This record gives sequence, C-alpha cells and structure tokens, in this order.
Amino acid sequence: MADKVLMKGNEAIAEAAIIAGCRHYFGYPITPQTEVAAYMAKKMPKIGGCFLQAESEIAAINMVYGVSSTGKRVMTSSSSPGISLKSEGLSYLAGADLPALVVNVQRGGPGLGGIQPSQSDYFQATRGGGHGDFHMIVLAPASVQEMAELTVKGFELADTYRMTSMILADGTMGQMMEPVSLDFDIKEAPEKPWATTGTKMQREHNIVNSLYLSPEKLEETNFERYEKYKYIEENEAMYEEYMVEDADIVVAAFGIAARVSKNAVNEARSRGIKVGLIRPITLWPFPTLPFKKAAEHAKQFISVELSMGQMIEDVKLATDCKVPVTLCNRVGGMIPSPEQVLEAIMEADGGVK
Amino acid sequence: MNYKRLTLLCGHYGSGKTNVAVNMAFDLRNKYENVAVADLDIVNPYFRTKDSVKDFEERNIRLICSEYANSNLDIPALPQDMYAITDDKSLKVILDIGGDDRGALALGRLAPKINEEQDFEMLMVINKFRPLTPDADSTIEVMREVEFAGGIKFTGLVNNSNLGDETTAQDVIDSAAYANTVAEKSGLPVVLTTVKEDLFEELKGKVENLFPMKLQAKPIS
Repeated sequence: MADKVLMKGNEAIAEAAIIAGCRHYFGYPITPQTEVAAYMAKKMPKIGGCFLQAESEIAAINMVYGVSSTGKRVMTSSSSPGISLKSEGLSYLAGADLPALVVNVQRGGPGLGGIQPSQSDYFQATRGGGHGDFHMIVLAPASVQEMAELTVKGFELADTYRMTSMILADGTMGQMMEPVSLDFDIKEAPEKPWATTGTKMQREHNIVNSLYLSPEKLEETNFERYEKYKYIEENEAMYEEYMVEDADIVVAAFGIAARVSKNAVNEARSRGIKVGLIRPITLWPFPTLPFKKAAEHAKQFISVELSMGQMIEDVKLATDCKVPVTLCNRVGGMIPSPEQVLEAIMEADGGVK
Repeated sequence: MNYKRLTLLCGHYGSGKTNVAVNMAFDLRNKYENVAVADLDIVNPYFRTKDSVKDFEERNIRLICSEYANSNLDIPALPQDMYAITDDKSLKVILDIGGDDRGALALGRLAPKINEEQDFEMLMVINKFRPLTPDADSTIEVMREVEFAGGIKFTGLVNNSNLGDETTAQDVIDSAAYANTVAEKSGLPVVLTTVKEDLFEELKGKVENLFPMKLQAKPIS
C-alpha cells in the first residue's frame, strides 16, 4: 500500500506523462481538465521541464507540433470546446506524421455546454479529429489508475506509429480521486531519424511538413498512412470482457459508463439474467473482434453512453447489424445510474425471452 | 475538540478540506445550536459543501455558499451572505477555504476582522498520500503560501492522511510520523487525526485526538 498515492485523474495523467519522459507541456486552462496544467505548472520547473500556458488552444497545439518535430515527447490537454480549437493542429500533426499526446477530458456540449462530464466527443475523436483523411489512436480510461497507465501507453504508441494518441476521458475521470500506483516500466523511446535535430553537416536535413506540392505524392502518402492504420487496427485494439461467454445480452460501454454498467451487470446476473459487458479501451482502433464473437450468441446489445448515441454506430458496424443494438444514455453532463442501465437490461431480457 | 467561534480549514487542494468541514459541522452541531458552514472555495467548481445540503438542512445547519456552486457557471464567486461569518457573533462557523494559496486569497477580505476578534482556529488539513505534499517540507511550503495569501496564521494541523476507500488502519498509524514531523517543523499541534468511520473502533486508543468521519463523496466500484 505504501507506494500508492491518492490522485485526481487529471493529476495522474500529468504525473504519468512526466514519468514517461515528457518534459514539454503546452496548454490553456479549461474545466474539467485544469488540474493537468496546474500540476505541470508546479512540477515542470522543478525537474528542468517546460510548462507554458499558451495564449490560446490553437497556439498550444502548434507548440506541440514544434517540439514534436524535434523528436521530444510532448503533450497538451484540454476539454471539449478547447479540443475543437485544436483540431486544425491535430490535422497538421497527422499530415506531418508527428507523434504527440493530446488529452480531452470531455464536458457537456455542444457549444460552451457545461462543466459536467460527457462522452459526446466520440465521433470527433474516433473519426480523425480534424480535416482530411486521418486517425488518432484513442484511449478511453475507466479509472484513475488507467488514466496514468494509458498516458504512458499513449506516448509509446504515438512514438511507435508517428501519430497522435488521444486520451478520451470525461469530467468524472478527470476529477475523481482514487489510489494510484505509479510504478511503470518505461520502454525507451524509439529512434527518431526524421526529427529536426540539426544536421551537424553529417546528413541531409530533415523536413517536417504537411504540404505536398504534387497531388500524386500526396495520394501516395495517404495510401501509405492507411496501410499503417490497417496494421494498427489489426494489432493494437484493447478491450475488457466481463461475463460475455454465455451472455444473451451484451452491454457496450467505456469510461465512466462502463463502471456504472458493471454494477448493473452484477445486479442483473444476481437476478439470473445472462448479461455481460464489453469495455473498449481503445476507441480507435475499435475492438471489433469481441463484438463479432459475442454477436454469435448474444440476442441484443445495449450501448451505454454519455452521448446521444455515438459509439452505438461502431457497435452496429462491428456486428454487421446482425443483432439489434439499443441505446441507454444520459447527456448534458448527466450520468446514467446503475438502476437505469439495469432497467435497460431487464427490458432487453423481456424482449430476449 | 473545543471549538472556537470560527474554525478555518485550509490546505493543499485535494487534501480533504471539504470532507473534514462537513464532518466537523455535524460534530459542532451536536454541541451548539447556531452553527454554519461557510464555503469560500473560489477554485473548484465541484465537490463542494453544497453536495451535503440535505444533511445540513436535516440538522438545521446554515450553509453560507455561493449560489453558483455545483452549477455550470464556472466562475470564482463568493457567497452573498459571507459577512455573516464575521458580523453575526452568535454563529459558530466552520469555514471551508479553497485549495492552495489561490484559494486562500478569498480570506483576505475577512482576515482583518478575524484577526481582531481572536476567536478562531486556523487549521491546515494535510494528507501524506497526496503526490505534491508527500513530506513535511513540501507541506510547510504550501502552509506558508496559504498564510501569505490569506493573511491569517495557522494555529494547528488536521492529519487527514488517507487513500480514500482503500485506507487501512496501518496507513493512519503510519501517517503519524509525517504529521508529527510537520508539527515539529512548523511548531503547530496536530489537533485531530481523521479516520473513516469503519476504522474508528480499531484505532481508538492507538491514535490521539481521533476524529471519525463519514466520506461525503461515494466511491464507484
């Protein structure tokens, strides 16, 4: 026990990033992720790192672009409206094949919305996050411990594939406090021969850029990038399965919705209903495999979300619409209760029989 | 604990001030009629004393709190009736001050009257399991910043060292060494050591000035 500390999810992200070797943080405050910046502001100066509060979200993401070009681990964090502002930069990072970690601690929307938790940036995160054809690796923590672990993982994946990893958390994950162990094995970052580190007159100079003067070359680059995405889809999907083997009803949920749903699944099981839970940990790549498998025996899926129904589309795609998928949701900063999810399960159970 | 007219709770953010404030208010109400909780948090829009508004109503405890606490309006607002804290001398008040020195700024307006009246305890809530205050020196650094911002000197410490729901009796016992070092270095007494209710019986007699608490924020399994 002695090695655990009590942390907010936002602090866990910041500390894990530092442990992962990130020494450059650029951001702009917004509830409910401000503690990431506050923690970095306190800690970075003490360890020789750089914390910089930019004049805007747009400036911050472009500072990320700059540091990433030099091969250093770098991050920014924000919440929903701030991520929209960063979306141009996210596209440029993708176009230049630059690794970065971007954190979105989502709040209710659209617009300025509110400061309570939400999962309604799922489309924005999983369909690229900006203009043009691209993807980010999207990681969805469901505990403060995972906030830390997936931050480390996010940096590793970003470096491996030269792309942005996004932590897609929600206000509850950012704000809740839980005991955390920060004992990580940090793998050494891969060589970055593409980085702009100075030629020392010993090599051709490197160019980091997302502008292509030839449409043929731009097409080819897109094709190559999508070969990489295909490899990631086949190799990097992460998920948790809970009592799915014999399930007639399968609940799909991530983040806080999965925590709530697990309680409902346990209660439903105690009432003799065969129900399980699939919790995607990567939202892109979406873990299609467990859904395909479950669709062979399940008679209904329920997508539990803090949105008007966004992940539900990926559940339908993953199961080829073989089995009906219903939505159980709350929005605008509200969270479904275990009772609400249980009710949805019982309703499905009535339909299943 | 013998309560002064005003009990001010300050500390590093996330140290558990609000939890302690709410539980102290319940305890105070068992001893006095005219009790208020004053929420002067201008830092955090969440996890406010307002979460316990029903418990306060049931016990007839007055809540002095910004009407925007726990709403979507994310601005640093003070309660409109905050002057009751210093002007209504019949009130016994627990003051929940926001985190760090930025939060303690809210005290500035009240500090001259509080210092003049001299009927207060200014308590620093400490938790050794918080990552930015794991030892006495980092804790005392925050104390000095809070005193400077708030304009009131600390008179004691509340050892609220905990790991949330996972806290064991041993954690509480072990935290005494940390709390005592803070006490020694700052010259302030540890007036309370808090513990969640279910550990109280186990620790009674083993830890001085033990204070049982109900956790206000419920864990999600």
